[in-house]
Amino acid sequence: MEKNNINRRNFLRFTGISGMAFVLGISHSSASIEKTLIEPTEASTLLLSQPFNFTPYIIIENTGKITLYNSKPEIGQGTYQSIPALIAEELEISPEQYTVLQTNGEIKFGGAQFAGGSMSVRMSYTEMRKAGATAKEMLLTAASQQWNVPVSECFAEKAQIIHKPSGKKLGYGALVETASKLEVPKNPTLKEAKDFKILGKSVKRQDVPLKVKGQAIFGIDAELPNMVYASVERCPVFGATLKDYDKTATLKIAGVQEVLEVERVFGVYKSVGVAVVAKNYWAALQGRKALKVNWNYQGKDTFNSQEYTKSLHELSKKEGVIDANVGNFEESFGSASKKLEAFYETPFVSHSPMEAMNCTAFWNAENKLDIWTSTQVPSDVMREIPTRFGIKAEDVTLHTNFSGGGFGRRLAIDFIIEAVNLAKAIKKPVKLIWTREDDTQLGPFRPPTFSAMKGAVGSDGKLIAFQHKVISPTIMSFLNPNNDKTKLDGTMTEGISHQKYEIPNMKNLFVYSDIHVPMFWWRSVTSSTLAFSHECFIDELAHSAGKDPMVFRLEMLTKDSDTKRLLQKLKEVSKWDSALPKGKGRGVAQWEFFAGLGGHVVEVSKLSDNSVKIEKIYAVIDLGTVVNPDTVKAQMEGAIVMAITAAIKNGITFAGGKAEQSNFHDNPVLRINEVPKIEVHILAEGGKEIKGVGEPGLPPVAPALANAIFAATGKRVRKMPFDIDKLV
Amino acid sequence: MTKYTLTINGKKTQVEAEPDTPMLWVIRDYVGLKGTKFGCGMGLCGACTIHLDGQAIRSCQTPISSVKATNKITTIEGISAGINIDHVVQKAWIEEQVPQCGYCQSGQIMSAVALLKSNPNPTDDDIDTFMSGNICRCGTYVRIRKAIHSAASEMKKK
Repeated sequence: MEKNNINRRNFLRFTGISGMAFVLGISHSSASIEKTLIEPTEASTLLLSQPFNFTPYIIIENTGKITLYNSKPEIGQGTYQSIPALIAEELEISPEQYTVLQTNGEIKFGGAQFAGGSMSVRMSYTEMRKAGATAKEMLLTAASQQWNVPVSECFAEKAQIIHKPSGKKLGYGALVETASKLEVPKNPTLKEAKDFKILGKSVKRQDVPLKVKGQAIFGIDAELPNMVYASVERCPVFGATLKDYDKTATLKIAGVQEVLEVERVFGVYKSVGVAVVAKNYWAALQGRKALKVNWNYQGKDTFNSQEYTKSLHELSKKEGVIDANVGNFEESFGSASKKLEAFYETPFVSHSPMEAMNCTAFWNAENKLDIWTSTQVPSDVMREIPTRFGIKAEDVTLHTNFSGGGFGRRLAIDFIIEAVNLAKAIKKPVKLIWTREDDTQLGPFRPPTFSAMKGAVGSDGKLIAFQHKVISPTIMSFLNPNNDKTKLDGTMTEGISHQKYEIPNMKNLFVYSDIHVPMFWWRSVTSSTLAFSHECFIDELAHSAGKDPMVFRLEMLTKDSDTKRLLQKLKEVSKWDSALPKGKGRGVAQWEFFAGLGGHVVEVSKLSDNSVKIEKIYAVIDLGTVVNPDTVKAQMEGAIVMAITAAIKNGITFAGGKAEQSNFHDNPVLRINEVPKIEVHILAEGGKEIKGVGEPGLPPVAPALANAIFAATGKRVRKMPFDIDKLV
Repeated sequence: MTKYTLTINGKKTQVEAEPDTPMLWVIRDYVGLKGTKFGCGMGLCGACTIHLDGQAIRSCQTPISSVKATNKITTIEGISAGINIDHVVQKAWIEEQVPQCGYCQSGQIMSAVALLKSNPNPTDDDIDTFMSGNICRCGTYVRIRKAIHSAASEMKKK
């Protein structure tokens, strides 16, 4: 262990620490656990004087106050509880004994301060527990030394070390100084699952009381003295450039201070808009309405969904590049007697988190920049902003607040760049708020995917040949300027070659389609569209084989697998084998992809007015290990609601180069009266692999619903969104 | 700019604003109560729901000029009496762990409080009808229903 150099300064501020504190965390340069001691003199300056090159996940002050850091932004998925809980479990502290602080993308704390890909718990599970266990062992040793007793006679409980034979107790605060002088144990012993007090239990989330009191601070709630507000008029036609503008009428509006051009950058997509800066947000909005802006459309104002759809149909005739090739698809399909072909379509969709994009930035006279925002990617912000704006990373401070939803949208930082551009130009604290219309119309959107499906069943009713060809634009073409369009883009064929079905002949393909409309990750990404085509077509093949869709699937799963267990569980909990009354139907679908594995059985009724009602959804998620069952349940309920919205409600279409939808009236999301009964089951049988929670509940909903509609009505749905009020 | 007197959460406040300024921005940025949220600006999502004399209204559609000094405005910050959470609806929200991102929940709670005031024993259908103006993109609806029922039964005990 390197000796701490007390005289070296760094830039970590610990506000609120009043005395001595023991700090323990992870060094990302050496991948080891490190510790330090904050002395009262330094702490009082609020500027830590230590060579402090690790993420401080645990701070124990000599007053007994314990602070745990969460490096995974809270966007609704529960990391504010689930990540610190990993530390707390091993450290033997109960939820009411610690305060949670969010990390803010500090470079030296490593690049994994983000929430995405259903990764948070998976990435943190061992590391955070190790940090907690390390601190606990040091506290145990410290106490045994102070008492001069064997460490084996001591145990930790509720932030105290207890000497079993004598019943003596010492709070963690009293052990701070001794503990911080000890060697950091290399291999701390982790608790066994049977001894867990927090993990695996439905512990209440610490952010919930703040959220029911209206006291949780979101990005949009940032407030600074002398702050001004901005709203930006951007061209709704993607690819257009700013020609000129007249700000005369805008400047006459009371409260408007200035009008200036501002650039938005999303990957390779750039656009320039006109910002109205005002004393209050309402004035900025009125000023924006009064602007007269002319755009050069660059020919992009003819872009429309109908023609784009047609072009994708055309492109489906292309062979494409191979995603997977097993056996001999051509031969088996060519010689089969029972063949099916189908074409599936899905639309662009918006993310539409309830908190529209916003960012407050202040570039002060000393060239220091502060940013307050709701983001999923603190690490990316702190990597990209300094480089882009030519400012030192240590001169940038990010304040990561609660996010009013993310769903992938806040993995992008376009709105942060826009706000910093404004802040740099006006040198005043400025709050940029996108309107709901901006949020709906300006992207980036989830890409549409088109699927050309082919399949054949043998005389024994088994699937012998299968092809899923994806025709779509790609997200990567916006993120990577050197993206090779001739190569396979695995993010656009996500999951189609990795389902566990044992299919002897399978050839999956990808055809690239060009587009200029910016696109991005959306909760469960391409699985949210490809599971629909894939699992609906499997259903079509089952019916063509004259088999029950559940049986058809299970027959393709002869080997033991998580997928097989999941389907068996679904079959059981949904009482799949029980008969349904006439006019009712059920459908099943599952999906395994980067985020994990989930499956649903959906029950629907055909009503007398020929509409369809979603009666009930049975959901199963396979996790291996579960940190908070109630959070998992909540994530499944949420994923199901979002998936039903995408299946039956919204979709962005284009005419004249612009998105045709603008707000919740024409880009609707599911409301409370449309939500069916939901029953969630968690498979957590202690498997080796920890799987993700946030996304796996989404992909199988649309296909299970469409399959249920077929079962109830005989009508096959192959295009999202589908209107269940006017299906039959 | 016009001077207005408002009564928010029992306190009289003086505000100077353009008459067409929506109460949403007055409450958030002039009065400084950030619990009321901007969601759509068109009265479509309910994130900005507040009470005007006990009735749930959309503050983004309510210009300050339409509010009198005698009107009692209540926001999410005003429904529990003190700093503790003592309102039955807020307690039920915690018990059922309703919020995910939490952004829409101020509005949801304000609507739920208004619902229970007019209908202390709502059915699922009553809840669906009354609450359908409040969008939750995280999809907490199942729990909202449950929390309203449990708040209703708590109210009966008192």
